[in-house]
Amino acid sequence: MKNWFKSGSPWIWMTAGAVSISLISVLGLLLMIAWKGLIYFWPSSIYEFEIHQPGIGNSTLIGEIYDKESIPSKRLTDQGIILTEHTGEFVTRYLIKTGNREFVDLDFRWVLETNILSRTEPAELALFERSKNGNFYGYVESVNEDGNPVKGDKNAALARLIDRSSELADDALSLQNSEIGSINYELERQRLAQRALVLQGNLTDDKIAQFKQSKLTLQQEYQVFEDELFGIRKQARRDHVVVRDMRGEMVKLPLNQVLDVTFPNDMNIFNKMAHFVKQLYKFISDDPREANTEGGVFPAIFGTVFMVMLMAVIVTPFGVVAAIYLHEYAKKGPVTKMLRIAVINLAGVPSIVYGVFGLGFFVYILGGSIDSLFYPEALPGPTFGTPGVLWSAITLAILTLPVVIVSTEEGLSRIPSTVRQGSLALGATKAETLWRIVIPMASPAIMTGLILAVARAAGEVAPLMLVGVVKSAPMLPLDGNFPFFHLERKFMHLGFHIYDVGFQSPNVEAARPLVFATAFLLVTVIIGLNITAIGIRNHLREKFRSLEH
Amino acid sequence: MSSDFTLTSDTSRKVKDQLARYSVTTGGLLVLVALLLIFFYLLYVVEPIFHPAEVKAKDQFTLPQTANTLAIGMEEQTEIGYAFSDDIAVTFFNLRHIEQTSQTPGKVLHQQQFEHSGELSSFAQSSSVQRLFAYGFDNGEVLIVRPQFAVSFPNDIRQLVPEINFVAGEQAIEIDSEGEALSQLAIEKSSDTIAIAAHTADGRLLISHLLGEENFMTDEIEWSAQTAEIDDAPEQIDTLKISSNLAYLFLQSGNQLYIYNIRDIDEVELTQQMAVNAQDANVTTMNLLSGGSSVMVGNDNGVISQWFEIRADGGRTFVNAREFKSGHAIEQIVPEFYRKSFFTVSKNGHLGIYFTTSDATLFDEKLKSKSISHIAIAPRSNAALVQTAEGMQLYEVKNEHPEVTWKALWQEVWYEGYPEPSYTWQSTSADDDFESKFSLVPIAFGTIKAAFYAMLFAVPIALASAIYTAYFMSSGLRKTVKPTIEIMEALPTVILGFLAGLWLAPIIEDNLPGIVLLLIVLPVTIITTAFAWHKAPKQWRQKIPEGWDSIVLIPIILFVSYLAFSFSNELEILLFDGNTRGFLTNELGISFDQRNSLVVGIAMGFAVIPTIFSIAEDAIFSVPKHLSNGSLALGATSWQTLVRVVLLTASPGIFSAVMMGLGRAVGETMIVLMATGNTPIMDWNIFEGMRTLSANIAVEMPESEVGSSHYRILFLAAFVLFIFTFMFNTVAEFVRQRLREKYSSL
Repeated sequence: MKNWFKSGSPWIWMTAGAVSISLISVLGLLLMIAWKGLIYFWPSSIYEFEIHQPGIGNSTLIGEIYDKESIPSKRLTDQGIILTEHTGEFVTRYLIKTGNREFVDLDFRWVLETNILSRTEPAELALFERSKNGNFYGYVESVNEDGNPVKGDKNAALARLIDRSSELADDALSLQNSEIGSINYELERQRLAQRALVLQGNLTDDKIAQFKQSKLTLQQEYQVFEDELFGIRKQARRDHVVVRDMRGEMVKLPLNQVLDVTFPNDMNIFNKMAHFVKQLYKFISDDPREANTEGGVFPAIFGTVFMVMLMAVIVTPFGVVAAIYLHEYAKKGPVTKMLRIAVINLAGVPSIVYGVFGLGFFVYILGGSIDSLFYPEALPGPTFGTPGVLWSAITLAILTLPVVIVSTEEGLSRIPSTVRQGSLALGATKAETLWRIVIPMASPAIMTGLILAVARAAGEVAPLMLVGVVKSAPMLPLDGNFPFFHLERKFMHLGFHIYDVGFQSPNVEAARPLVFATAFLLVTVIIGLNITAIGIRNHLREKFRSLEH
Repeated sequence: MSSDFTLTSDTSRKVKDQLARYSVTTGGLLVLVALLLIFFYLLYVVEPIFHPAEVKAKDQFTLPQTANTLAIGMEEQTEIGYAFSDDIAVTFFNLRHIEQTSQTPGKVLHQQQFEHSGELSSFAQSSSVQRLFAYGFDNGEVLIVRPQFAVSFPNDIRQLVPEINFVAGEQAIEIDSEGEALSQLAIEKSSDTIAIAAHTADGRLLISHLLGEENFMTDEIEWSAQTAEIDDAPEQIDTLKISSNLAYLFLQSGNQLYIYNIRDIDEVELTQQMAVNAQDANVTTMNLLSGGSSVMVGNDNGVISQWFEIRADGGRTFVNAREFKSGHAIEQIVPEFYRKSFFTVSKNGHLGIYFTTSDATLFDEKLKSKSISHIAIAPRSNAALVQTAEGMQLYEVKNEHPEVTWKALWQEVWYEGYPEPSYTWQSTSADDDFESKFSLVPIAFGTIKAAFYAMLFAVPIALASAIYTAYFMSSGLRKTVKPTIEIMEALPTVILGFLAGLWLAPIIEDNLPGIVLLLIVLPVTIITTAFAWHKAPKQWRQKIPEGWDSIVLIPIILFVSYLAFSFSNELEILLFDGNTRGFLTNELGISFDQRNSLVVGIAMGFAVIPTIFSIAEDAIFSVPKHLSNGSLALGATSWQTLVRVVLLTASPGIFSAVMMGLGRAVGETMIVLMATGNTPIMDWNIFEGMRTLSANIAVEMPESEVGSSHYRILFLAAFVLFIFTFMFNTVAEFVRQRLREKYSSL
């Protein structure tokens, strides 16, 4: 034993233990995010509980089991909760999501296992996804089409009517976003044009009349579309469904608020799988609802991708040029040394500092100057002098510059110098050698750097909070109105979405699964990008290794 | 690298080549420019907070009036000034030369005489924010007026029209029903109530509330005074002031300060009476600071003392919090509108500007004119109007950031209403006259605390992992293990923060005994496993290749962790009576937040582990093999070789890894933002949270006003972070470069 300790073997095992802990945490973390993120889309059973609460009486509860924990009974009695007599040292309690937010005080409720008299899973229990107030659970009693109850299979009729109302909702939305949206956009542009003429002193009576005329035309068009919109909305309000909820009351749900109805207890595994895929698709393609705590994350995905691509366009040339300078042109000396320290430091400066810098320098100074030079008509309302997607992209471009530089330089250093010498010997100039030989050979490395930069930027939140991200952006930075790219607009971002929904929303408990799903999406994208980059890099290494021999 | 020669003689190609060289060089240097730009821009924003106050003489002019001035003032744009004179009149006049309206300074814009029936016997001025002026007459009546400025834009040019608002009616209001002359007067307004304190010629001290009632017949508001008398008032009264919330009446009589509680005027009581003179000096004047909770007392030896109310053992008392020394007998003390600055005028024409919170003497100089009879400060504190024997003189005052001094940022400061000097960060509040508390100490402390706990968790695990991976692990396994751990670096910190705040924090709260148990059991388990493995039959051991120990340990660690967590509840009942939190708080007196340093330490440790691991692993792995082989050949065990040879050689690399990790932990934002309560407290308690520099910036930057002191201090916080991380990274990089050179020579 003593010898064994002397040999140092226990300490080696301790270090091995550290590796195991690291591995467990990495893999455990990823698996947990994946599990918690994906389970959000899986239809879970709805239970009907008979509950007896000491001192209050019996009641019925319908809902999903959301969480379960076992706690010492003492802790509960300390909190003044009355337990039934024969409770052991521990008691299990369930967190039940009851939905029906407008009719109950709390849509999440802790229920002690000892208080549950019975638990059933009736196949007829329906889950209504609604555009307002979250889920609704209950039994479908009757379906009402155009004022008359539907006869026959009410579930089939319900599905048909929901399809109809959601089609109408889609129509209304597209009308609102494209036609009406572009009229509003045009009106605003005209207002600014008029104001610009005032500022220049060129506003003649002629032009005023012109503006008036076109404004009138636009307003007339607007009226037409608005009438159409109201018509569609009225159509969508036509039907309703009567549902019996857990209080035993009949509740009338207008179908224009119902997005989907499912009977999870009645589903077999294939139904559930189909539903899972459908929910996943809806999550990726839908707009958020209810202050981001429900619905999809499409605008956040779009905003993230748009910003990251803009950033890639900015960072690539600078990063590659800097790497080429460092590797191909720079001579050993104090300047180069300082440059390398600058690169290391750019990589090490906390991201929030970039945010502060971006806000002060890009937004207020650069953006402010752009506004006073090019958009005087909109002042004092800022155009570029306020956080926006362009400034976010530039700020993150500086932040990710070192990533591109380091990666490109590594690629350059792997290209054997014989290749360069060969090119020079054949009479090419250095620039030509670089352009024709070196850069093409280094392009996978540049690609690697770019992918890593994109992955880094996609996950960065702190600086974006200062330079352009918002909790809910009414318009995407890309739309059908000229000039199509609206770089001054604010945008939504997946990472910020996680922070916002997880920590700023009023009902964190309800939003938590959605946050896990968003986190899973973000992690998948980022880990995927990283693995791709590592793959490309390893491939490159192998390739050049064979070149050297 | 390849040399710069070319074989071509084609000039256009040569030109292109040169052009490429220059543009690439410029592009490369841009990186340096970017870093320098960040540095200098941050500095540029921060720098104004250290500017001293400047006072510059502007226009000088005289007013065509014969009566004596009682008070002067000016409006927000510093275009128009006003003077109340003892002929019961007000004069509005121009202060500056304004091009658009071709006005000259000193030009009288408007003059107004007020109706009155008695003779003037006293005059009073409210706090600067309320801008009320009161004439007291010898028949016991008071007339209250308020100068106002109506803004209009004829022809797109801003125009201000001065007017007088009779706050309590155009007729003077009777305060003293006995009709005695009012020899001293104080006035103040809060929401709809106007309070007046008056000292009558026959020595009674009166306190009144003015009430306005609408007359149903005429629709006019009729004002009446509800007056009470205060008993046992001192005979001689030098100054009377009412606090801005109408709670206290301050009465200076010689060197004595009397403080009356006048919240309810029918039950006025003397709460405190004390001598407020400085040592060997006499009180000359007294005034209230903006916000009305501090009393400033001036002495004839030039000392100005600040007094405010604190909650002491025996209730609330006023204490002397700090003193300023000007060296010249103080004649007047004039507070600013919103900030805790005040101006002083001394007998020989000295003007002083002070800021109480930061203990700063911002300006102390003799002005041109010898005697200053009146002084008024602009609402935006950017100008001062001074009346001297020679006439009026406007001064431009540049005093943007008086609240920021080295002392205010980094030392203990005694804030208004606080029982003792403290380090406090509290930047904003709903009130305009809120005393901002800009101590960077608690948030700098929070940063260090967070980084400390993160490093406490990360360094042992990261270094131990690096040692094993680089030195003991089989190379096949290393190829997968290293990138797996490194990929953690790519994990967005917002996700780590979210998990820490919403998933880990409740788990830790519920299973605290289990966590502690795990910390003890885990090392024991590993060593036991190692011993068991050592004793295990050879056939077993041969089944698993060498250097796979960590894989062997994974299921064991998982199992032990599971056990520890499932025994957590039993342990809780056994040791802490089923309520660990209650036990901590009640028995040990340790306060417990759900989002605490332990959570942050683990989560941020997680973020830092890959950084440290990656660099340290590289450093250990690249120790030349012949060194360790030599040691092994001489009979050292592999552990001895590691400790005495490999780690020693790689120590600079390990050092730089730790520095890099520290740099990252110091600057990390999202994790601390989400996993702590963000309360700026100073306590090493692992079960309490903190607020860090970075989180503070993220929380407060979006709502801070551009160019304000708050904004610049947040930039200063960013600058401090920048400098911190710059030092860590540069040192780490230097060490690494030296190490690389050393290895290449070996």
